[in-house]
Amino acid sequence: MGGKPDNVTKTERREPVTLLEAISEGLFEEMERDERVFMMGEDIGVYGGAFKVTRGFLDHFGEDRVIDTPISESGFTGAAAGAAHMGLRPVVEMQFMDFISPAYDVITNYIATSLYRGSGPLPLVIRGPVGGGNRGGPFHSQNVEMAFFHTPGLKIVYPSTAYDAKGLVKAAIRDDNPVIIEEHKGLYRAPFLREVLPENDYIVPLGKANVVREGSGLTVVTYGLMVHKSVEAAEVLHQEDGFEVEILDLRTLLPLDDETIVESVKKTGRLLVVHEDTRTGGIAGEIAMRVSEKAFEWLDAPMLRVTAIDAPVPYAGALEDYFLPQVEDIVTAARYLAAY
Amino acid sequence: MPATNPTDGTALVAGLAESQLHELYYALVRARAAEERLEVLHKQGHVGGGVYRSLGQEAGAVGAAYALNRRSDGSGDIIAQTVRACGALFLMGGKPLDFFRQYLARATGPTGGKEANVHWVDYRRGLVGPVSPLGTMVGVMAGITLSFRLKQEPRVGLVFCGDGATSTGAWHEGLNLAAVQRCPMVLMLEANQWAFSTPTRKTTRLESFTRKAAGYGLHAESVDGTDVLDVYEGTKRAVDRARAGQGAGMVEMRYYRRKGHAQHDNQEYVDPAELKVWEERDPITRFGARLLSEGWATQESLAALKARAEDEVRLAAEQAVGEPAPEGVHALDAVYTDRGAKTPWTRLEQPDPTQA
Repeated sequence: MGGKPDNVTKTERREPVTLLEAISEGLFEEMERDERVFMMGEDIGVYGGAFKVTRGFLDHFGEDRVIDTPISESGFTGAAAGAAHMGLRPVVEMQFMDFISPAYDVITNYIATSLYRGSGPLPLVIRGPVGGGNRGGPFHSQNVEMAFFHTPGLKIVYPSTAYDAKGLVKAAIRDDNPVIIEEHKGLYRAPFLREVLPENDYIVPLGKANVVREGSGLTVVTYGLMVHKSVEAAEVLHQEDGFEVEILDLRTLLPLDDETIVESVKKTGRLLVVHEDTRTGGIAGEIAMRVSEKAFEWLDAPMLRVTAIDAPVPYAGALEDYFLPQVEDIVTAARYLAAY
Repeated sequence: MPATNPTDGTALVAGLAESQLHELYYALVRARAAEERLEVLHKQGHVGGGVYRSLGQEAGAVGAAYALNRRSDGSGDIIAQTVRACGALFLMGGKPLDFFRQYLARATGPTGGKEANVHWVDYRRGLVGPVSPLGTMVGVMAGITLSFRLKQEPRVGLVFCGDGATSTGAWHEGLNLAAVQRCPMVLMLEANQWAFSTPTRKTTRLESFTRKAAGYGLHAESVDGTDVLDVYEGTKRAVDRARAGQGAGMVEMRYYRRKGHAQHDNQEYVDPAELKVWEERDPITRFGARLLSEGWATQESLAALKARAEDEVRLAAEQAVGEPAPEGVHALDAVYTDRGAKTPWTRLEQPDPTQA
């Protein structure tokens, strides 16, 4: 077998990594740590994956642990479930998460129900790129969380930093439940996210949100690329309005960390949910309902949301920019709430 | 016990000795007796959900499972059964008592009332409970048998499904993956000519489902699904090939679903003359007649096997009837390994939405 590829040794060499390289390192280290971990997906072996997340893995681990599959999301996701029943810990890659839809049946009917049906736990990970802003058009840009958020038995994570990405990948692989990991393409190689990661083996626990910016005037609950747009907006509000926004990065969408959300809303009295996913049936609705249940009396304003519009993801730059939530939208919403 | 060819010269047919032929007959009459008992329980109001019969298909399930290495320590072959394969389920070591507990939704059953009928799992005995969209099970079994190949375990997996599942995308994706990964998997196609009320001619233009397998480069053969020895031999050939590393295969069992899809289906869409034809090819009657005409059994020995099977299922049914239903609150359990569902706030001692 080949040696360690250079894309997974940057942390060892104390060099900064991108979010994508952090994911590669997380996957690679788990495969080294636990021989039950193996991967399946389209073009992940010889080609190293459409985004090169698994570059060099085939040479190092061999074709029994890095399996190039036919284009068959339903077939290989089902096979992951079968292998997990037999004690392996599969990680499958969706080349683009938009293509997870053929596997919807096996994920929701089979995988998510397995433990409850008495068929045993299914420790498996389904991961892949999501998100817009890359002019990918309707089939290479979607966010798929809400297609699965409604399915008990699944966990869903969505990292926004290199540190979290590596720690969440490792935690997901070690979790005994099926976990879907959404990786935003716009963050994969974003230069501002490059950071030097700890050398030690660490995880980021599933189910815990992170307060990325403290503030007293408004709670912004968000995740993924929108964390960074929210931070930009918060900076504008700080500079121009002297208004301090608290930002929570959910990191795990399912199970949802109500505690951290409610705690923050009790402090600020105002809630804005920002997500890149489309509006109707988006996670904002669930978050607002939970806050209504648990912290209604602390609210000083209506709970609002900034989201993508209810449409497929368009291709043209002007259309996609209009489709996606922008920093100005967050600033506008925050000002509306501040003045309420 | 594994089905092994006797080496002491006692084999009578298909490499099987008299005691093994009797074991097959017992497995056939037990499957039928269990389902007949189930119908009675259903009429008495003990079964909340659907009752599925394998009348006319018993030889398929029994002959197939008899060709496997059956163990109870997790080292043997494995099957994903269907509702029309309880004969296979029992042969693998699934208990008739658990069969009744499942249909009767008893707390004591393998799924504690969370799942129905033959949908239960016992990995030690090689049982993988299916989900209702059966095409999905082909991919799952591809993964199970892929793990056998990766771990170099000399094990084989059978996945059962009916005519209907062959029309689904999942079926084709799973089969193709098993083929290219050279998984030791055999697909047991229950070609019973119906997908609920839809006849095979409306679901495929092919004369035989083996041609679908050929499309993926799999070895496939058709067997007479009403002849337990033909099913046994055909399955054994496919299983031996898979175990020897020659890849996945398919066995098409040709027979007829002589009851409706489930108890609620009165089969008004079926030509009674056609049913009559298949009634005359009843697998138990056929095998019994063969055993007698060849001198491999006597009327008395067959009657004794039947009586023993009926006793076994009657006792199991009686015990299951007397066992408790689950407490509703267990609906919360085991959604995740590390958490269940939350109690509805309206059912808390002090109703409180902040605890929702």
